[in-house]
Amino acid sequence: MISTWIWSKLPGPWLVKLLLVLLVVAAVVLMLFEWVFPWVSESLNVQDPTLVEET
Amino acid sequence: MTAPPDIDEASHPPAHARTRAHRWSVTGILGELLILAGLLLGLFVVWQLFYTDVQGDREQKAIVESLEWAEPPAQVDTENIQVIPDDLKVTDRDPDTRPSPGNTETFATMMVPRWGQDYVKPISEGVSRPEVLDPLGIGHYPEAAMPGEAGNFALAGHRTTYGKPFRQVDILEVGDKLIVQTADIWAVYSVTDWEIVQPNEYDVIAPTPRDLEAGVTDRFITLTTCHPLYSVAERWIVYGELDYWAPTGHGVPAELLEVPQ
Repeated sequence: MISTWIWSKLPGPWLVKLLLVLLVVAAVVLMLFEWVFPWVSESLNVQDPTLVEET
Repeated sequence: MTAPPDIDEASHPPAHARTRAHRWSVTGILGELLILAGLLLGLFVVWQLFYTDVQGDREQKAIVESLEWAEPPAQVDTENIQVIPDDLKVTDRDPDTRPSPGNTETFATMMVPRWGQDYVKPISEGVSRPEVLDPLGIGHYPEAAMPGEAGNFALAGHRTTYGKPFRQVDILEVGDKLIVQTADIWAVYSVTDWEIVQPNEYDVIAPTPRDLEAGVTDRFITLTTCHPLYSVAERWIVYGELDYWAPTGHGVPAELLEVPQ
């Protein structure tokens, strides 16, 4: 499957592979936390504390 | 149709199974994509509930520290702190006006003894979520009065996530002090009432709360935040009235040093 295919394509012994995977995962999580999630939450109105004028 | 690959693999020796390990199947790929989607959703919840607070606390603290005029949180050593003398307290006229703060400009800080001696949060102009409430903390409704001014000093803030400046809104009691400092003045308000309203009940931030016809009658403060926790179904509203305002540079309000019982 995808994960096993990615694992087989990574170079080096398993320890190097593991480090590479952890590095990529950390980078992806950082990207999600800093840019993707803030952007998503703007369109998801689940936290609005303000009053809105009736239209 | 042949038997599913799993059964096929199980009935063969390991050496044979090895070659089959990399075979692609629709259900297998779909399954992995679903697992990935689940992980992403879980990560989003972690981000929303925990990381926005970490980020919000850090940023809002940095903002307060960057304001040259902002009084640091009250220290335990209250002996040597000068308290504003009574003859400087004003209740019957507006402070000198400054040009209105621009959108997102941080023009005041708020201290609430009930929420702890170390509670100091920045107040910035505007109530847009991406521009003010998420990154900067408490927002000031643009058309509302300024601190100390006749009218309603109306504020909005998150009750959960993004540093949650109004997290403890539910423990405020009538008579609790809401203390606001700008570069020019201290304004001390007392909580008079609270209620839970629908999100469209805009008259709670009217110049005279709950009375759109009345116009400007007195010096009010209104806090608006989410209710219930982790929801936007309703709004928790806290009302207050000005005790007095006084120019900065003559000590701090005595109310700031009192620990509420």
